[in-house]
Amino acid sequence: MAIKQLTVFVENKQGTVVSVTKLLSKENINIRALSIAETEGFGILRLIVNDEATAVKTLANEGYLIKITEVVGVKIGDTPGKLSEALEVLDNSEINVEYLYAFMARTEKHAYVVLRVEDNNKAEDVLEAAGFHLVTDADVNKL
Amino acid sequence: MTQNYYQKEIETMPYEEMKKLQSEKLVKQVKHVYENVPYYKNLMDEKGVKPEDIQSIDDLHKLPFLTKADLRDAYPYGLLAKPLDNCVRIQSTSGTTGRRVVAFYTQKDIDLWEDCCARAIVAAGGTNKDVCQVAYGYGLFTGGPGLNGGSHKVGCLTLPLSSGNTERQIQFMTDLQATILCCTPSYAAYIGETLKEQGYKPEDIPLKAGIFGAEPWTEEMRRGIEKVLGIKAYDIYGLTEITGPGVSFECSEQTDMHVNEDHFYAEIIDPETGEVLPEGSKGELVFTSLDKEAFPLLRYRTRDICVLTRKKCSCGRTLIKMAKPMGRTDDMLIIRGVNVFPSQIETVLLNEGYDPNYQIVVDRVKNNDTFDVNVEMTPEKFTDKVAEIVAMEKSLAAAMKTMLGINPSVHLVPPKSIARSEGKAVRVVDKRKLI
Repeated sequence: MAIKQLTVFVENKQGTVVSVTKLLSKENINIRALSIAETEGFGILRLIVNDEATAVKTLANEGYLIKITEVVGVKIGDTPGKLSEALEVLDNSEINVEYLYAFMARTEKHAYVVLRVEDNNKAEDVLEAAGFHLVTDADVNKL
Repeated sequence: MTQNYYQKEIETMPYEEMKKLQSEKLVKQVKHVYENVPYYKNLMDEKGVKPEDIQSIDDLHKLPFLTKADLRDAYPYGLLAKPLDNCVRIQSTSGTTGRRVVAFYTQKDIDLWEDCCARAIVAAGGTNKDVCQVAYGYGLFTGGPGLNGGSHKVGCLTLPLSSGNTERQIQFMTDLQATILCCTPSYAAYIGETLKEQGYKPEDIPLKAGIFGAEPWTEEMRRGIEKVLGIKAYDIYGLTEITGPGVSFECSEQTDMHVNEDHFYAEIIDPETGEVLPEGSKGELVFTSLDKEAFPLLRYRTRDICVLTRKKCSCGRTLIKMAKPMGRTDDMLIIRGVNVFPSQIETVLLNEGYDPNYQIVVDRVKNNDTFDVNVEMTPEKFTDKVAEIVAMEKSLAAAMKTMLGINPSVHLVPPKSIARSEGKAVRVVDKRKLI
């Protein structure tokens, strides 16, 4: 069920993000979500794309250090408090969220959130049990 | 100015007499080493040289060289020339087991070493009326023990502060009116800056002279230290293999360093051919210990690139002078006074499961060495979590600190991001411009 996130290791300097996004756009890859975590020295790009196989190939060919990380995608109602609800569900089950970021959603009523947790299956089970809809790779490709 | 000497007869000895003294000592020393150090006897035998072939200092070139590799092969006792019963001390360089040098001293060896340091202190204007603050590290490092002993010999009141704890340094310096400071030049500059920040003017600082060594420093840095502390700053040179600081020292002229050549005979050789080069030539500095008992290295190649000159000095000393080392024939770096070989970094990386793709970047910011190591991230180690990568950097820095004795800043960088020259990563970028 989990969705595939591309994780790219880059130097924290001007121009690194644009060189990654340029390469992807050349291959007609759509970026659905993007998050950057950085320190003074390095940055980690986390990307959800519509065609991760081509994306990995393209970036690896250019020498990027890249790996696929399985993350949980969850669809939440676009109303105040909904994200908190989802996080509370995880918290109640003692599931620690390493990081999270939002999708660029194109529906009116929902937002998509990417969650990085240790145990994807457990997180997905508790979210579903609480009535949340999970996002699949197929959903991502359709976006 | 009036010149003071600690051992005037030696320090101002006419060249011919010095040569005679050196020759006598060398003949005895070669016999001592040949009879007591099988390792060196083998080297001599291989070269077909017998102790009888060495009749004067002019025959020195016949003897085989010793290198750092020999010290490693012979570790720990292979070059020891006296029974351990006669030895009273060891000193050691930092580094890996492979590179570590352990030097042994008899009481006589300690005495002659301390005499050499005493000559340096007196040349810097020291007398028994001075208060000498030793802010070199004490312990295995030769800096603290050497200058401490020299200070005692001169009769200075010795303040054995060791390195670090700058607040305490300043407190003792001002409360007890220290007049001579011994430490690394970068630490002297740091103490100076700290004093300045605290509102001290050079004329408020009791110091009159400083004896600074164990790392390369420039003329510009000397002037900076002299200005901020209101002192005259003197260079001192040495290496653990030969004895420690005091192998050579600066006099009032502050140009080049007088070699204590009654104990340590200096040669300049062509590092490629090993041929001895004439006075004034640039080449590799080689030392022969003429009268040390326990660890008497003959023709030890320092790897320092240097020039020797025997010209008249205004201080009256006749001892031959060596320039500040102008570089190395190997890849050794001196960072914050500590010897660092790139291969040590490589060893740590391999031990910790990284590829040996790294770059050492050294710079000097506000007179202090910065020490950065960039390491290429590997696919196996790469993770999407920032905290884990930061932890990897810290753990690598800790492993390097254990290996080297000094703390680098480690930065994990993307693969192939380190500049390569002819396919090989450029290992060292030294921005300090010390030469």
